[in-house]
Amino acid sequence: MNDFVDAIQFIFRSQESQAGGARIGGAENLPLLWDHLEVTGAAMLLAIAIALPVGLILGHTGRGAFAAISVSNVGRAVPSVALIAFFIAFFPRTSAFVNVTLALALLAIPPILTNAYVGVRQVSTDATDAARGMGMSHGQIIRHVELPLALPLIFGGIKISTVNVIATATIAPLVGVLTLGDPIISGSVYGRAGQIGASIIVAALAVAAEVGLSAVQRAVTPTGVKLQNPKRRAQTSP
Amino acid sequence: MIAVLAQLQIQERADSCVADDGICPGWIAENFDRYVAPFFQHVFLTLVSVAIGFAIAFALALVAHRRRWLVAPVVQVTGILYTLPSVAVFFLLLPITGRGNTTAIIALVAYTLLILFRNVITGLDGVPDEARDAGRGMGFTERQLLWRVELPLALPEIFAGLRIAVTSTVGLAALAFLAGAGGLGDALFDDYSFRSNVLVAGGLCVVLAAALDLAVLGVQRLLTPWAR
Repeated sequence: MNDFVDAIQFIFRSQESQAGGARIGGAENLPLLWDHLEVTGAAMLLAIAIALPVGLILGHTGRGAFAAISVSNVGRAVPSVALIAFFIAFFPRTSAFVNVTLALALLAIPPILTNAYVGVRQVSTDATDAARGMGMSHGQIIRHVELPLALPLIFGGIKISTVNVIATATIAPLVGVLTLGDPIISGSVYGRAGQIGASIIVAALAVAAEVGLSAVQRAVTPTGVKLQNPKRRAQTSP
Repeated sequence: MIAVLAQLQIQERADSCVADDGICPGWIAENFDRYVAPFFQHVFLTLVSVAIGFAIAFALALVAHRRRWLVAPVVQVTGILYTLPSVAVFFLLLPITGRGNTTAIIALVAYTLLILFRNVITGLDGVPDEARDAGRGMGFTERQLLWRVELPLALPEIFAGLRIAVTSTVGLAALAFLAGAGGLGDALFDDYSFRSNVLVAGGLCVVLAAALDLAVLGVQRLLTPWAR
């Protein structure tokens, strides 16, 4: 139990490192937290910018069902660590930050793409037919009908990816990008209190993202969709 | 020990392809045996974790199937376990279970519970009422109904969950080396700037995930002969 007390102290109070000389813990964790959020945010923005339009268009045209589904199956089989190592090994000239961001973005794309696709596909044809009858173009139908109705599922995908990216960013220090995983991986500098303390922070961050994005997901759900049987939507996430 | 290994590595990497961190078929052929032990450790971690996870999730689902009020709390608790990053769980368990297989397996099991529980429950919920009625009409007790009607009909959904659990556990087990439990992640980060190493270690993970996925699919086909 002492380990946990030390860990809590590490989170809130700055202290001397194991070997001495450097300050760790407390406020010194903030730059690590910032970098963790920075790499997570960059990867998520990139992933959403790619996956969302592709998913919406595939869903709208009804083409590429096979691609949209298999991208998530393949994505699951490729370990996140292997992806990061792959980028570092094959693009040695690119900065580690960019490589990690690209690897994390690639990791984040499948759930968003698949959920956007499924979200659009499940919009009733009555709704899209009515929109077409009102003279809406394809782009208008996507933006004004399908996107709002697919938002709950899209945010479900973004939530899965964000939690996953926060978790995976923890191992970025293995390749030199100092995130909150640094105290965990550099045990000789931070000691056991640092390892456990940083684990608590990362876990809290992941849970906060899950809870926060769940709230967003509920907030963007159109009232009409909320009234439907929620079981229909239960199976698409993970 | 580490110094000896490092020296060996330097000797092996004498030729130019290897020195350039390239993709060297010769090096891969010569050094493939160094991946065998991590590979089987990876298989061991995956199979044990999914087996334990399935036993727990299956038992929970059978209990919650008859007592519906249990479904929401179980989903919430397993949902939190699913959300916790496994690297964090490895180190949160450190003071309790130390480093090694136990710690890695607990974290991996925790991750599978939500997937497996949800799919067993969804499968059981999807059994048509007509099938249940027919079973009752044949004089089945609740227990017989469960094992002879409901579970067989829920098998496709249960196996879908197992396939997701197996492939994601292969991926997560690549982090088990941080808990001191080895696996292919260990080999991968031994030398992550060497392309041959990254390709072989990463490739083996993907091959393993695909092979186990196919194996689960094969078992499903064996157990559901009526679906063929």
